[in-house]
Amino acid sequence: MAAHVVATTDEIAPGERKIVEVDGRSIGVFNVAGRYYALRNTCPHAGARLCEGTLSGLVTSRAPGEYSYERDGEILRCPWHGWEFDVTTGRSWFDPAGTRVRAYETSVEAGTGHVPGPYVAERYDVEVRRRYVVVHV
Amino acid sequence: MVVELAGAGGAREYARPADWPGVALVDTDVHITPRSIDALAAHLPARWRDYVRESGVRSLESDLYPPRSPLSAIPGTRPDTGPPGSDLDLLRAQLLDPWRTRVALTHCVYGVDGIHNPDWATAMARAVNDWQRAEWLAAEPRLRGSVVVAAQDPARAAEEIDRVGPLPEFVQVLMPVRARVPLGSRTYWPIYEAAQRHGLALAVYAGGSAGNPVTPVGAPSYYLEEYVGLTHAFQAQVVSLVCEGVPVRFPGLPIVLVESGFTWLPALMWRLDKNWKGLRREVPWVDRLPSEVIRESVRLTAQPIDAPDDPALLRAVLDRLGSDRMLMFATDYPHHQFDDPAQAAPAGLPAESMARFLGGNASDTYRLEG
Repeated sequence: MAAHVVATTDEIAPGERKIVEVDGRSIGVFNVAGRYYALRNTCPHAGARLCEGTLSGLVTSRAPGEYSYERDGEILRCPWHGWEFDVTTGRSWFDPAGTRVRAYETSVEAGTGHVPGPYVAERYDVEVRRRYVVVHV
Repeated sequence: MVVELAGAGGAREYARPADWPGVALVDTDVHITPRSIDALAAHLPARWRDYVRESGVRSLESDLYPPRSPLSAIPGTRPDTGPPGSDLDLLRAQLLDPWRTRVALTHCVYGVDGIHNPDWATAMARAVNDWQRAEWLAAEPRLRGSVVVAAQDPARAAEEIDRVGPLPEFVQVLMPVRARVPLGSRTYWPIYEAAQRHGLALAVYAGGSAGNPVTPVGAPSYYLEEYVGLTHAFQAQVVSLVCEGVPVRFPGLPIVLVESGFTWLPALMWRLDKNWKGLRREVPWVDRLPSEVIRESVRLTAQPIDAPDDPALLRAVLDRLGSDRMLMFATDYPHHQFDDPAQAAPAGLPAESMARFLGGNASDTYRLEG
């Protein structure tokens, strides 16, 4: 598993995302309340750019007419057909075991000890005190 | 007294086929109707009895089965007086005895739902229930009845269910597929709540005269369109009931589609499932595939079977239903749905499924004993 620096931490604010390219793969990197998650940017259904979809909460219900709305910002809806995916796991809501998108491990690390990625060349020298979001592919 | 069906292969007795297994047969669709509206007079309060008489109301009979249409009555089922399905002795001799029926579910599709005065409608529904109880259900232990309600006033419809629902001879509540508003609507929930309270099923029957056209796009011109169009109405009601969450809110309430056909159901389930995946947030109480909800809650009386010529195609449709617990045997007596009694069951059912079809599914749905 190779570690790829994809952003500085302050580049992706809470509730925001960044689409990056790693080894030819498009990957969405999400900041959910200070934690970073990375998903393959391809919907397993029909191949849409999933990570460009709406981020929202999870709507559930105990009875008709009653709504529970929670996990705000953790549910990603595919822009094509609206299938919902859990940003933190890549699993779909309706079929978590069978319909899911590849989720990659992420970490936040100091700016040393890695093979410099594309950003490093531009920023390494001037932003050496920042922390980096790393996706492990 | 046994009637004969004159099909292409020669005359056949209208009777249980000899090669059917000896399971307790439950006929889930048998029509009964008053000999005339006068038969109900004794069961109406004086105010409404006189209202009917003074207004000159002749009949509230449904026109879904026009009297002279070949579908409407098997030849020989018309009593000397009154319409087909109005004579208990004839019903015994032509249906219950020759088919060796253990239990027959009766439907009285009288035009109560078409009456716009909710008080008169409520009185008529009550009269129809008391009439069927007195003249049919109490007189013949093989019959089980359907509660007629005036859904125009759901609260009083629920009161009527509370009144007759505890009686063991009633096993379901009838609602017309051509309802005033889609059947999933919360407007009707007092009716469903009462039905569930008394362990009754909800039967959606082919008919209804409240004024909505049978198709979603307006009234058709011809009887053929009307009859075929019933499946559109049934599909709309299944979608409504599932999406509004009736099976979630009333988990003990079986939903029985009467004379709906069933070959359309697999395709509807595909469409519902597919679109639910992306749109389910709007109806979060539908928390699993709609097809699973339908397989669990919906039951269908088997006639009419819209069978293609090749029996293998019908078997493929049955496979796609995905459950052998949904279809229930029915003759639809006195309506003329088949020329050969063998056609009353899909060909080639495995033995276990055939037993479920002929009686087991209905016994489970209606909690029939023995």
